[in-house]
Amino acid sequence: MIKKEEVKHIAKLARLGLTEKEITKFQKELSSIFDYIGKLKEVDISEVEPTSHSVGIENMMREDCPNPVETRFQQTAGKQSSKLLKLAPDTKDGYLKTKSIL
Amino acid sequence: MELTDLTITQVHQGLKKKKFSALELCKIYLDKLKEKNKEISAFLTITENLALSQAKKIDDTIQKGREIPSLAGIPLAVKDNILVEDVKCTAASKILENYIAPYDATVIKKLKEQDAVILGKTNLDEFAMGSSTENSAFGPTKNPADLTRVPGGSSGGSAAAVAANLCIFALGSDTGGSIRQPASFCGVVGLKPTYGAVSRYGLIAFASSLDQIGPITKTVEDCKIVFNAIKGKDPMDSTSVESKVQSSKFKIKSLKIGVPKEYFVKGMSPEVEKVIEGAIKKYEEMGAKISEISLPHTEYALPCYFIIAPSEASANLARYDGIKYGYSTASKNQKTTNNLLDVYLESREEGFGAEIRRRIMLGTYALSAGYYEAYYLRAQKVRTLIKEDFDKAFEKVDVIFTSISPTPAFKLGEKIEDPLTMYLSDIFTASINLAGLPAISIPVGKVKNLPVGLQIIGKPFEENTILETGEIFEKTYAEYSSVTTN
Repeated sequence: MIKKEEVKHIAKLARLGLTEKEITKFQKELSSIFDYIGKLKEVDISEVEPTSHSVGIENMMREDCPNPVETRFQQTAGKQSSKLLKLAPDTKDGYLKTKSIL
Repeated sequence: MELTDLTITQVHQGLKKKKFSALELCKIYLDKLKEKNKEISAFLTITENLALSQAKKIDDTIQKGREIPSLAGIPLAVKDNILVEDVKCTAASKILENYIAPYDATVIKKLKEQDAVILGKTNLDEFAMGSSTENSAFGPTKNPADLTRVPGGSSGGSAAAVAANLCIFALGSDTGGSIRQPASFCGVVGLKPTYGAVSRYGLIAFASSLDQIGPITKTVEDCKIVFNAIKGKDPMDSTSVESKVQSSKFKIKSLKIGVPKEYFVKGMSPEVEKVIEGAIKKYEEMGAKISEISLPHTEYALPCYFIIAPSEASANLARYDGIKYGYSTASKNQKTTNNLLDVYLESREEGFGAEIRRRIMLGTYALSAGYYEAYYLRAQKVRTLIKEDFDKAFEKVDVIFTSISPTPAFKLGEKIEDPLTMYLSDIFTASINLAGLPAISIPVGKVKNLPVGLQIIGKPFEENTILETGEIFEKTYAEYSSVTTN
């Protein structure tokens, strides 16, 4: 069984607020899911390379010159940024505003 | 026959011959969906003004005697995790309840260029995480074939909308079965393209190495038309690839079909098994060669998926921080929200639903120090073995047949309390996303009144082969592929 402290630690890493009730719930649920996932331990992976991506594309490059997509973006940049700022909960002088860090 | 029973090709012909106008068609659909949506809750947003203005534009073009593209005037629905500019996009989450999409997804841009008519946004499991559409923050969608049952998920709203004739086709997204399983449960056609075949730009990310957008349609013929319209390399998605056009002609008599013995498992409904076996037999009668194959790592696909998908999700969902957009406690001026960390913790606590929180916890745990190698890295290695199983099988066969789901549509509420049981719904579909392959669900029969889908899996970028394979069944056994009309 995953310990209560571990659940709290993971929630903190994930920046996820949890209620006391949820901590107990996750203890049980995560334990049973990881028991099931533990099945993977049966597989011999000693000489296997990991797959992060099924198609296997690497480092997509493009010519170092203005491309139409970027140009389109620049042309509409003012419109775009005001749209994006409107979505933010709090702004000041065209910047996103946050609470203090300390 | 009513106008809302027509397929894409039929409507295209009707518009060209001026049997009806795009505006007329659009209004019929809007009226029908406003009425019927009360019963099945397939739509979250109806984009009436957008639809009407798009339809008028087409009628002008037709009036001027100009040619129209094959999707012009065709009413469609879009899963609510795909961005349509200036329309709300919620991902069925409270955290994006008031989010207005600032731009069009590439697939939407492509459909708009063809002048397709967007009727609205459809319901889903929150952030596409789930197999029943019950995880929506805005209430579940119901299966049009039986209102006491789920439509499947996560693209449940899209599949139900197509099945109930509330649109001609819909877009869905598939990370572990989210297009195919609801298509199967609702008795419609659903295609998950090869990873990279369709741009993901403008799709709200769930698990980036698994997600793909694809069509949900009434027929395989329609599915082909929509897939051809949305596929292709996109500079805005560096994982997208231009599919090669296959020149070889499809012949059923030279088709080699593999049936993996590992996919007929304990716990599978005998009735579903019977329907699938019946469909395989019909392909044999049509002249295809059937052989048993083995995919030895099948039983590890689901545990592998439930490491990789939540891990990627936990990273992708870090962007919902209550600062840039979405639900936030920062503006509430509560006494408890003193600093930045409180904004993160509280916004995410109040904004995310139960399943999202569970997956974020799972993923963060699997990626955390001390567990990364035991879980995430191990899962990535098992993923290699699963992919190699398919590579080997495809040396011998052209396509692979399995069931989409071990059971037909289950009852609302039946599995929602037990996450592990719900996760098992993806047992036949998740492996295909891990391997990045294309797969389609086509309706091949029913258990009582509940539709059952056959999964046809193909080689990477050979969508054409699986579409042709599906289409021949649809044409030869039309009685099986009838869409629910009520």
